[in-house]
Amino acid sequence: MERLQANLRYLRRNTSLAIGLGILVVLVLFTLTGYIIIDPKVDPYPLAGPASSPPTLNYCPRSDPDCEKTEPKAYIFGTDAQGRDLYGVAVAGTWMTIQIGLMAGLIGLGVGAFLGFTSAFYGGWYDLVVRWMVDVMLTVPGLLLLVVIASSLGDQTISVTGMGFIIASISWRGPARVIRSQVLSMREQSYVMMARLNGMSGMGIIFREMMPNLLPYLGASLVGAVTAAIFASMGLAALGLGPLREPTLGVTIYWVINQSAFLRGLWWWGAVPIGIVALIFVMLFLISIGLDEVANPRVRRAE
Amino acid sequence: MRYSWSFVLKRFGLLLLIIWSGATLNFFIPKMTPRNPLREKLLQEASRSGYIPPGFEEMVQAYESKFGLDRPLWQQYMSYMGDMLRGDLGFSISNYPKTVWELILEGLPWTVGLLLTTTLLAFLIGSLLGALMAWPKASNLFRYILPSLLIFGAVPAYVIALTLIYFVAFRWKLLPIGGGYGIGMFPGMNMAFILDVLSHSILPALALVLAGTGGWAIGMRGMLVTIQGEDYMTFGEAKGLKDWRLFYRYGVRNALLPQVTGLALALSFIVSGSVLVELVMGYPGIGTLLARSISQLDYFMIYGIVFVIITGIAITMFIMDMIYPFLDPRISYEG
Repeated sequence: MERLQANLRYLRRNTSLAIGLGILVVLVLFTLTGYIIIDPKVDPYPLAGPASSPPTLNYCPRSDPDCEKTEPKAYIFGTDAQGRDLYGVAVAGTWMTIQIGLMAGLIGLGVGAFLGFTSAFYGGWYDLVVRWMVDVMLTVPGLLLLVVIASSLGDQTISVTGMGFIIASISWRGPARVIRSQVLSMREQSYVMMARLNGMSGMGIIFREMMPNLLPYLGASLVGAVTAAIFASMGLAALGLGPLREPTLGVTIYWVINQSAFLRGLWWWGAVPIGIVALIFVMLFLISIGLDEVANPRVRRAE
Repeated sequence: MRYSWSFVLKRFGLLLLIIWSGATLNFFIPKMTPRNPLREKLLQEASRSGYIPPGFEEMVQAYESKFGLDRPLWQQYMSYMGDMLRGDLGFSISNYPKTVWELILEGLPWTVGLLLTTTLLAFLIGSLLGALMAWPKASNLFRYILPSLLIFGAVPAYVIALTLIYFVAFRWKLLPIGGGYGIGMFPGMNMAFILDVLSHSILPALALVLAGTGGWAIGMRGMLVTIQGEDYMTFGEAKGLKDWRLFYRYGVRNALLPQVTGLALALSFIVSGSVLVELVMGYPGIGTLLARSISQLDYFMIYGIVFVIITGIAITMFIMDMIYPFLDPRISYEG
C-alpha cells in the first residue's frame, strides 16, 4: 500500500508518464467494454450493415431510419462504404494493431537483447559480425525491406500474426545496438568481475547479474520497439501490404485512402482510425519520455 | 588531412557491403517465397480470355527457360549481380517499353526537391523553437504552450497529411487536393507552371515539416539546457551582454553542432522519407511510383526502387561521414 502511494506520488511529478499511462488505461477500457458490446466476428467486417444503403453517420441502423425514439445510437461512429460498423472496427482494430506492435516489439526486444548482451559480453569475431550486421541493417530503411518481404509473400498469406512476424524480422536492430552499448560499459564493473572470479558461467552472469540492472533500459527499449513496430505496420498497411481482410487500423486507413473517403465527404470514416492512431502514438511518446526520466535519473531534475 | 586512408577504405568497404546486402536481400527474399510472378502474370493474361488453354504448364516452362529461371540458383545470382553492377534494373512490367531506370528518374526530382526543402525547414524551425523553449527569458508562450505542439512529432507524417487534405483542401478549398501539378498544365520552365507546382507542394511539405519539427526541437532544448550551466554563459551574463547576443552567439551557436550531425543523418533519408506522404497526396515522386508498382504486382519496379533507394542512402551516408570532420574540428578519424 505504501509502495503504491509512493508510486502515485512519483507519477504526480512525472506528468508525461502519468498522462501516457492515463491514455493507456482509457484505451484498454475502451477495448474491453467494446468487446462486450460488439460481436467481434461480425461487426468489424464488411456487410455488418446492409450494403445497399450508403455509408452513414446516422445514429440509427439503416434498416430502421426512424429509430430515434425506440433505440437510439446504433452506429455511434458511423459505417463505411462496405457496411462496416466503424465502432466495431475501432474496438477490434485497436486491439489488433496493439497486438501486432506488442508481438513484433517483444520478439524484436528478445532477439535484440540476446544479440546485444552476447556480442558485448563475448566480444571477438562474434561481436564483429553482429555489429556489422546491425550497422548494415540499420542503413537499409526498414519499410523498404518489409515491402520486399510482404510483397513477395502476397496478401493472401498475411494475417495479423503473420504481420507481427514480418515486422519482427527488422525490429531487433534498434534494441541490439542500444543494449550492446549499455552492456559494453557494464562489463568492466566490479560486480561482473566478482561473478567471473566466482566461476559463474557467461550466460549466468548475463541473466542473473547484468539483466536486472538493465531493466529500466529494457523497458524503454520495449516501448521504442513497439512504437517502431506499430509505425511500420501502419506504413505497410497504407501501401496495401497489410492483412487486407482484417480491420486493423492501418488497413482501415488504406481503405480510406483507396476509396477517397475524404473527397466523398465521409469524414467519420477517416476520423475514427486517424484519431485512435494519433492517440496510440501520443501515448507511446509520452510513456517513452516518462520512462527516460525513470531510466536516467540525471534527466529527472534537469531544469 | 583530417582522416587516414585506412579509415576511408574501411568506410568504403562498409558502403560496398551495404549495397551488396541490399542487392542480395532483393534477390533472395522473393526466391524464398512460394510465389511465382511469371505464372501469376500468365495466369492473369490467360484468365482474361475466359479459360486456361491446354498446354499452360508448357508455356510457363518455356517462359521460365527464356528468362533463365530454370538455371541453378547460383548462376541466376551471378547474372543478377552482373546486371546490378552495370546498373541494369530491367523493364517495368506494367509500363512495358519503359525501363525501371527511366521511371525512377522521372520521379526522383520531385521527391528530392520536396524532401530537401522540408528537411531543411523542419531543421531550422525545430532548432529555433527548441532553443526558445529552453531559454528562461523567452515569453511564456514559448516555454509552456509550444511544447505541447511537439506531439505532432509523434504522429506519422502521412496521418497528418490525410487530416490536412480533409480540412485545408477539401473543406476550405484553400489548396489543390493532390497531384504534382494541375490537370491541363504542361510541364515546362514557365512562371505559371512553377507557381502551380509550388501550390501543389505546400500541403505535403506542411505535413512533413509538422511531423519533423518536434524531434529537432527536443534535441535542441536538451542541448541548450545543458549549455546554460556552462561557465562561459555565466561569464557572459556577468559581463552584461545583451540577451539576444547571449542567446544566439553563446547559446544557440554552441548547441547547434549535435543538431548538424542529426541533419546529416536526416539528409541521407532524402529519397525514402516521404513514401507514404507522397502516396496519400498523389505526389508524382518515388513513393507514389512504389505504391503503384505494389498494387500492379510490378516486381522489377519494386525491387528496382528498393535497390536504388538503399544505394542512395548508403552513398549519402558515406559522403556525410567524409564531410563531417570538416564541420566539427574536434572530430578526426586519424589512426
